[in-house]
Amino acid sequence: MKRVVEGSQAVAEAVRLARVGVISAYPITPQTHIVEFLSEYCANGSLKARFMRVESEHSALAALIGTASTGVRAFTATSGQGLALMHELLHWTSGARLPIVMAEVNRALAPGWNIWVDQTDSLAQRDTGWIQLYCENGQEVLDTVLQAYRLGELVNLPVMVVLDAFFLSHTYEPVDVPEQETVDSFLPPYEPKFQLDPKDPCAFGSLVTPNIYMEMRHSIAQAMDDALRCFPYIEDEFEKIFDRRYGTVEALYCDDADIILVTTGTITSTSRQVVNELRAEGEKVGLMKLKLFRPFPVHHVRSVLISAKKIAVIDRNFSFGAGGIFAQEIRAALCNEPGHPPVYGYIAGIGGRDVTTDVIGEIYRRTKNSEAPEAESIWMGLQEV
Amino acid sequence: MKKGPFDMGQIDIAWCPGCGNFGILTALKGALTELGVRPEKLVIASGIGQAAKTPHYVRTNVFNGLHGRAVPAATAIKAANPGLTVIAEGGDGDMYGEGGNHFIHAIRRNPDITVIVHNNMVYALTKGQASPTSSIGFKTPVQVRGVTEEPFNAIAVSVALNASFVARAFAGDHDQTKDIIKKAVSHRGFALVEILQPCVSFNKVNTYQWFKENTAYHEASYDPSDRFAAFKRATEAEKMLLGIFYVNPDKPCFEDTLPPYYKETTPLFKRRIDGEKLFGLIDSRRRV
Ligand SMILES: Cc1ncc(C[n+]2csc(CCOP(=O)(O)OP(=O)(O)O)c2C)c(N)n1
Ligand code: SF4
Repeated sequence: MKRVVEGSQAVAEAVRLARVGVISAYPITPQTHIVEFLSEYCANGSLKARFMRVESEHSALAALIGTASTGVRAFTATSGQGLALMHELLHWTSGARLPIVMAEVNRALAPGWNIWVDQTDSLAQRDTGWIQLYCENGQEVLDTVLQAYRLGELVNLPVMVVLDAFFLSHTYEPVDVPEQETVDSFLPPYEPKFQLDPKDPCAFGSLVTPNIYMEMRHSIAQAMDDALRCFPYIEDEFEKIFDRRYGTVEALYCDDADIILVTTGTITSTSRQVVNELRAEGEKVGLMKLKLFRPFPVHHVRSVLISAKKIAVIDRNFSFGAGGIFAQEIRAALCNEPGHPPVYGYIAGIGGRDVTTDVIGEIYRRTKNSEAPEAESIWMGLQEV
Repeated sequence: MKKGPFDMGQIDIAWCPGCGNFGILTALKGALTELGVRPEKLVIASGIGQAAKTPHYVRTNVFNGLHGRAVPAATAIKAANPGLTVIAEGGDGDMYGEGGNHFIHAIRRNPDITVIVHNNMVYALTKGQASPTSSIGFKTPVQVRGVTEEPFNAIAVSVALNASFVARAFAGDHDQTKDIIKKAVSHRGFALVEILQPCVSFNKVNTYQWFKENTAYHEASYDPSDRFAAFKRATEAEKMLLGIFYVNPDKPCFEDTLPPYYKETTPLFKRRIDGEKLFGLIDSRRRV
């Protein structure tokens, strides 16, 4: 049924429909609404989950690691500082192969206290072994949380579903909220491959010596490869039931495009409008939306981008001393292809600044009008200070 | 009104009209003024929360750090420059929740700092979830059926850990609160001042009226050097007691236990490195 819901509620509805068993979270703006909706569902009985109140984000994830170790479906949500504080346990979750799902509302990091959108928080966790899926709108958020449980539980890895602060978390949109039976047919109850079980005692988390640690890490790497391979099949099933699919990446007008814009999150929606207008003016422009970031869909990205003349990546994030993080990854994906197009890296919308159609239009024109990138990273709309 | 040394002049204060934080701000500035503390010799460290905004409204040196992490910063500021008066200030969530571990270990370490905790029994900045001090049954959009955990009793914990100064005040009582802050800041060693603070927007239970009805001051004859009596009062009293619970002036301060201060008290930044002495030390340890 279509309902007008806030992005945060789209997350909460999906968690309810996924029949999650335990939720634990610590409040932080702009994540709080997700937790408030879920608390409400737990209290009114529409979700039969335990809600664990904790004193910090570190404790929230620690609690869920305990939960998931006993074979229960678990969920948390956080933002910015909260995610940073979880860092130690993010590694633990993937190392312990626990398919916990987290909604991560992108928020800028302090100092320079800022509650608005910026992707550096989630991207700084790219090496923790969590699958990362970036979302563009409320519907995608709801659908992705459901897909996240399927994917994570299949390969035994945790999944971060990432959404923009306010532009997505606090925006109301019509969202198709499916019926419970329909979701049940896509997402069966969780069947853990291993768990703490009094009937079959086992020990988790002991010392691992150099003669086997490397193999354990390699198995995580293989699970990431599996996730990349399996995601399309999960989407096939999802599409059969819900008639929607997103792809690891989505390519719009890319086949004959001279310049392809690469975007993530809500900037994609604005870019769709810009690209449509430019196409109407006869410009050969395409748009590639990146949804799956970990595992990075190298082959897919390469096949979409390789025949363009120029690539323009919009990063709402920055790795100091290196550049926009999506741009780096895209350069790395292309670098071994002979004659690959140059990658222009644009930094925009840091700390919640609006990325308007004008900004995106200017990115397109600058890319078109310059022979080669003026710099590794071009910061858009910087003011004189 | 005459401008005091800690007054900022015309500024926008991001608190709701009627918030208990205003009373605390006034009492704090009054206490510091009466003690003759100079703004340039004071540092207030805070974390994140409504309470943690307080130092923004005081004309002095401010360190505004991470949620829950004001106390370690304050401890280190004092250690680096014992000549400063150092206050750590924040809410009950900030100090007892996210920062709970720091709180406990700072008491053990006993730096000469004052920790002021605005206890409104709610997370106010994030718009009204239960905090570690919310009462059992307190309902919020997250604790829909009410809080089930026992509230954190910071006074009892501090006394149990033999903190060197432990007091509780009420934001509605200006004179008493100012007096308690003055004693805490003058005290040498870790001093906790928990100030009961009505949050008029997100705590409709623990209101000014509620605090009036549910608090009482220690009688004048009460002796705060008796740790067991203090613990009993922190845990068994019918009303939440106000005033100084416990003072232990005999504990060594953290700064005094640091080797650089054994022989002299000059702050570290004022000292010149004695290169010859340093190289002499390195040479004396060479094996070849
Ligand atoms: C690591 C981290 N987690 C969560 C937050 C969000 N947050 C900001 S203030 C706060 C609690 C506020 O409550 P309290 O400390 O009691 O202060 P009050 O606002 O009530 O004065 C929270 C959870 C944060 N800033 N950083
Ligand atoms: S929300 Fe509560 S604590 Fe914050 S300023 Fe308003 S009354 Fe004070």
